Amino acid sequence: MAVEQKDRRKERLDRGIKVRSDGVYAIASWAEISYLVAPRLIFILGLLAAPILLTPVPYWQKVLSIICIYSLLAISFDFLANYVGLVSLGGGFYIGVGAYVAALLNMKLGAPIFITIPAATVVGAAICTVFFLPCLPLRGVYFAIVSLMFPLLAARVIEALDIFGGTDGIVGVDGFSSVWMEQYLLIIAVLLSVFFLRRMITEDVGLVFSGVKDNDQAVKASGINITRYKALGIFIASSLGCFGGAVLSHIYMWAGISQFALDFSIIPIAATVVGGGGTLIGPVIGCLILVPISELLRDFGTLRIAVYAIILTMFIVYKSEGIMVFASRKYEQFERWVSI
Amino acid sequence: MEIVIYGVINSVTLVLMALGFTLVYGVSRLPNFAHGALYVVAGYLTWIFMNRLGLNYGLSVLFALIVTGLIGAAIYQFVLIRVRGMPISEIIASYAIGLAILEGLRWGGLKGSTFTLPPFVEGSVEILGVSVDFQRLLVVLIGAVMMSSLWLFVTRTRLGLALKGMAQDERAALTLGIDSDRMAVVAMALGSGLAGLAAVTLFPLGNIVVEAGYNVLIMAVAVCIVGGLGSWTGAVLAAFLIGFAQILTVVYLGAHFQVVVALIAIIITLVLRPSGLFGRQKELEERV
Repeated sequence: MAVEQKDRRKERLDRGIKVRSDGVYAIASWAEISYLVAPRLIFILGLLAAPILLTPVPYWQKVLSIICIYSLLAISFDFLANYVGLVSLGGGFYIGVGAYVAALLNMKLGAPIFITIPAATVVGAAICTVFFLPCLPLRGVYFAIVSLMFPLLAARVIEALDIFGGTDGIVGVDGFSSVWMEQYLLIIAVLLSVFFLRRMITEDVGLVFSGVKDNDQAVKASGINITRYKALGIFIASSLGCFGGAVLSHIYMWAGISQFALDFSIIPIAATVVGGGGTLIGPVIGCLILVPISELLRDFGTLRIAVYAIILTMFIVYKSEGIMVFASRKYEQFERWVSI
Repeated sequence: MEIVIYGVINSVTLVLMALGFTLVYGVSRLPNFAHGALYVVAGYLTWIFMNRLGLNYGLSVLFALIVTGLIGAAIYQFVLIRVRGMPISEIIASYAIGLAILEGLRWGGLKGSTFTLPPFVEGSVEILGVSVDFQRLLVVLIGAVMMSSLWLFVTRTRLGLALKGMAQDERAALTLGIDSDRMAVVAMALGSGLAGLAAVTLFPLGNIVVEAGYNVLIMAVAVCIVGGLGSWTGAVLAAFLIGFAQILTVVYLGAHFQVVVALIAIIITLVLRPSGLFGRQKELEERV
């Protein structure tokens, strides 16, 4: 780290093109339009093209699916933590509930994939919301601890009562008919959820959410039921997770206790911290970096958990803004030293 | 009778596990989620000192405790100090460190053969018709000694009073010339040492395994939340509550439900009485 000199400070100014493209001049010339559109288009097209580019290596196609599932969870974590003010460490619970609901619908009722996945998304999210309802008055650290307990509790209960197949899980769930369908279903889900959540946070309901985050007493005083809004936030977030879980159970053709595992709670958090919290796109970028690292380290067994725990620590301690915030600052502003 | 005796032993075990965690949280409001990892580290270090370096048992326990304390202090001094005051970052950072230590150990050290520590004293004795081995009695004894000496430490010594002052009112303590960060380092070192002490007392009852780290963390958090974070009386009371509840469920429902008890206790406590049995600090503002 460079030593700061006393008689100077860093000045940050918006770039001219950024200021112009904020307003009506955005469509003044191709430069402004491409300044706005290029980063988004690169991201969207890149994600859409990825399955085609990865065709020669089917293993990494599978990894892409896993990346998308983790991204959905990370987006939901980011949304809950930075826009609703609920830090939920229980990502594994959403995945597990979604996976079990989809597997049960498929095995017991014989429902086909295009029914089980939407049904598991909605029903699973409703189940998660009902379970979290008693904990919604809690804030901050306390909510975090309770939500961390939920996946552990669910796994132990299934194990102890020996329901839903017990420790073996539910085997023989239908698989996807083609790998393309699985990939594009997930990629489109990621893109749509980023798109809609980014718009929702500037709508009225988004404003109430951030009010609940910043000062819930004030929101309460305006006659708004904060528990209802928190429940709505949980519903939205857990529906993303349950969707991921449902797809996961169809990919592995199996639903089991390990889908409540700690991995699903930790990687999304690490991805959000690395990618940049509060941006909703940052978590996806974080997953694109962390999940491949974790796949490359698969041979080393549990060392990979240690590795991304260390990455997480480094980021949260030394670079807590994350990649996305850093990159968009560089993209929108220039910095220079000014003497005082 | 069996239920009472094993209930007491189980409860004191929980107290030992939770003491370090509640000390650190009570003094510096720092939820040290690396607690479980430090617990395993202490057990592993003792094993290393004994079997690799050939030291005798007492000496290796002593060194293991010192090293664990130093590791705890280092974690605070080099990492956690930078995220002080941001509760979520504190949790994530300390949990990530704990995870790194535990999974690193699973990869590099604790694998293959089983790792055990010998009990301090062999043999068992019969109390009121129930046979109890000496190590378990020793657990109760050490637990009692720890509780009382910790109580003496915080009410009678200068350093202990400074720690207590920090716990009660950080700003007032600062005006009296107590260095907040130094006290937090001391608390972390002490808390890690306590985790280590719990480890060397409890590991002779079983194998040294990585999973113990997660279990100890869950139990310590459960005890502290039910008792009210930062309250030592509350922690002891909660340990007895959960300890007996666990033994009762094991006897009447089955061993599978033992962990579920702790989790359900946490959820019930947080929903009904969020500040815990004995928590008093800023109840409404902080939690609900």
